[in-house]
Amino acid sequence: MSIKISDGQFKDKVKENLQDDFMRGAVSSAQDRLRFRRLETAEELGNWEEWRSHGEEIRKHVLENLDYYLQELSENVQKLGGHVHFAQTAEDANRYIEDVVKKKEAKKIVKSKSMVTEEIGLNAVLEKAGCEVIETDLGEYILQLDEHDPPSHIVAPALHKNKEQIRKVFAEKINYTKSNDPTELARHARETLRSEFLTADIGITGCNFAIAESGSISLVTNEGNARLATTVPKTQITVMGMERIVPTFEEFEVLVSLLTRSAVGQKLTSYVTVLSGPRREGDADGPEEFHLVIVDNGRSKILGTEFQSVLQCIRCAACINVCPVYRHIGGHSYNSIYPGPIGAVLTPLLGGYDDFKELPYASTLCGACTEACPVKIPLHELLHKHRQVIVEKEGKAPISEGLMMKAFGIGAASNPLYTTGTKLATKVMKPFMKDKEFISKGPGPLKEWTAIREFPTLKNERFRDWYKNREGGDKK
Amino acid sequence: MKVTLFVTCLVDMFETNVGKATVELLERLGCEIDFPTAQVCCGQPSYNSGYVEHTKSAIKKMIETFEHAEVVVTPSGSCATMFHEYPQILNDEPGWSARARLLAEKTYELTDFIVNVLKVENVGAKLNGEAAYHPSCHMTRLLGIKDAPFTLLSNVEGLEMRPLPYAYNCCGFGGTFSVKMGNISEQMVDEKVDAAVSTKASILVASDGGCIMNIAGRMQRRHIPVKVMHIAEVLNAH
Repeated sequence: MSIKISDGQFKDKVKENLQDDFMRGAVSSAQDRLRFRRLETAEELGNWEEWRSHGEEIRKHVLENLDYYLQELSENVQKLGGHVHFAQTAEDANRYIEDVVKKKEAKKIVKSKSMVTEEIGLNAVLEKAGCEVIETDLGEYILQLDEHDPPSHIVAPALHKNKEQIRKVFAEKINYTKSNDPTELARHARETLRSEFLTADIGITGCNFAIAESGSISLVTNEGNARLATTVPKTQITVMGMERIVPTFEEFEVLVSLLTRSAVGQKLTSYVTVLSGPRREGDADGPEEFHLVIVDNGRSKILGTEFQSVLQCIRCAACINVCPVYRHIGGHSYNSIYPGPIGAVLTPLLGGYDDFKELPYASTLCGACTEACPVKIPLHELLHKHRQVIVEKEGKAPISEGLMMKAFGIGAASNPLYTTGTKLATKVMKPFMKDKEFISKGPGPLKEWTAIREFPTLKNERFRDWYKNREGGDKK
Repeated sequence: MKVTLFVTCLVDMFETNVGKATVELLERLGCEIDFPTAQVCCGQPSYNSGYVEHTKSAIKKMIETFEHAEVVVTPSGSCATMFHEYPQILNDEPGWSARARLLAEKTYELTDFIVNVLKVENVGAKLNGEAAYHPSCHMTRLLGIKDAPFTLLSNVEGLEMRPLPYAYNCCGFGGTFSVKMGNISEQMVDEKVDAAVSTKASILVASDGGCIMNIAGRMQRRHIPVKVMHIAEVLNAH
């Protein structure tokens, strides 16, 4: 898998997913639950807006000084005895990791949840190299067992599946014989995974934030799988997006406070793990070898552009959890491993407009995403900026739309044109007014509107006519 | 107070009654209405679709049209928001941007103007029935006007206000979104319609022509007898 999850077209995917009543029910109830919990824990913390501003300030500062902090981070990782590889592309990152795997003659790899490894398509590369790769985050594990079904959400990847679907997958793939009770399902997964952890050669993890001052990486989880993946295998490889850095533990605390509340509505997740380099003398556990792979893969091209603020993202999915469009079409419709508003902004930047030019239009610009973002990314403004780029720089908007909008621009800028135009429109629309109140089958662009709703008839007397005719009304 | 009315293109063409109600309401509250006939559209249809350069001449036209005003009042949260975005849109042209800022500073959405400028919380309206209010996205999130409509509605004699479930979710209008992504828009507006129906209120009130066209249009298609009213019409009922 890479950033693009299939060859399908956006429109077809939407059509298909709108039919999936189960998925839509699961998504809307998850949204309601997560929204409520997020607001509750934010309220409990107090001064949420100040926390958001602080979070934004930290992320902005890091992005503006990214070269400095990357340097500091890699020096400190090396001082601890770790290896650092800076990968400009997905291929470069995969090649480095494959080399480590080959050198270690590794056969079995356990992974904790990592979106960036999905982005670069790491699993496929390692499997091709002959390794057994096992996802150990419960959601990711379910998807992997289910013929590599792609994630539909960046925090809860299997959000679109219900417990019965999961029971079937487990029964088919890992000899599960019990009911669809989530506790039993989880226990079975835990037991099956335990032996995998104990026999794995390498543990691969993502990274929520790297802490520059100490050369540490951190993992925020609820399942404890990341701890096993980083303590049992002899080699640990951590893969991170190049922007996921905080300067010191002071900023780390602020961002973790924002992250756990925004992502899952928890004051703190069950585990917040901070790891610094390989095992040292006297340590009871931990890997003998530690590799940090810092992935660019298109991020540095975003730096310094009008889209830079998208790199502030801490992958909490709060924007996804409030998006009224995601609510109905689900994650797979976006055809990107990054769905929802953040995905609609980030995906065209990383994956290009050719494949993803519809995504910025999959929004009403309602601003719910911007309001929810804990680090104040102006998501709906960035979606709008994409539209501007698509229209004005890429020239990828439909020609008919362009003509219409240009005509609109000229009409709206000229009062005589607007006045005659609106008057004429009443005449043109006459044949379509089946009765006096509304139009049920409109021509041209109205066709799409009237496919699902009535369109109001243009009034014979516009407001301006009424005003003019009103006794003493026209004071101009 | 002399109020310059920006009636919005939707109201001018399709919702004449909303314009009339706005004029009558403001006059009843002691305002003198000025309606510059040179006004057209705020520019959102093309601007929101990404045609920023093509929209600038329409924006400048609007700035000129309203330059003389003491205050500008509009019965639309969304169009008021657009006026507030003018300075940033014209950022590259300092002269125009400064003129746009002056316009933004004196532009108010109708209920905000009544509550926060005129300092009136009870407009003396009477309307019998039960109503739910749909808060529009731009007005609440971008302009930050959350309480004014509720304050005014709660003082309408005879009107019982009922909470609208999932009020925070967009109705699915989104300008060209409603036709570009028609099938998604349909699901969104259906959820809104169902939420309104679940309140068993006979009236759904909103402050934006776009949302009203969308929600009312869908209700008519589904033969749902809920009356969708603009807040100006409710406040002008007496």
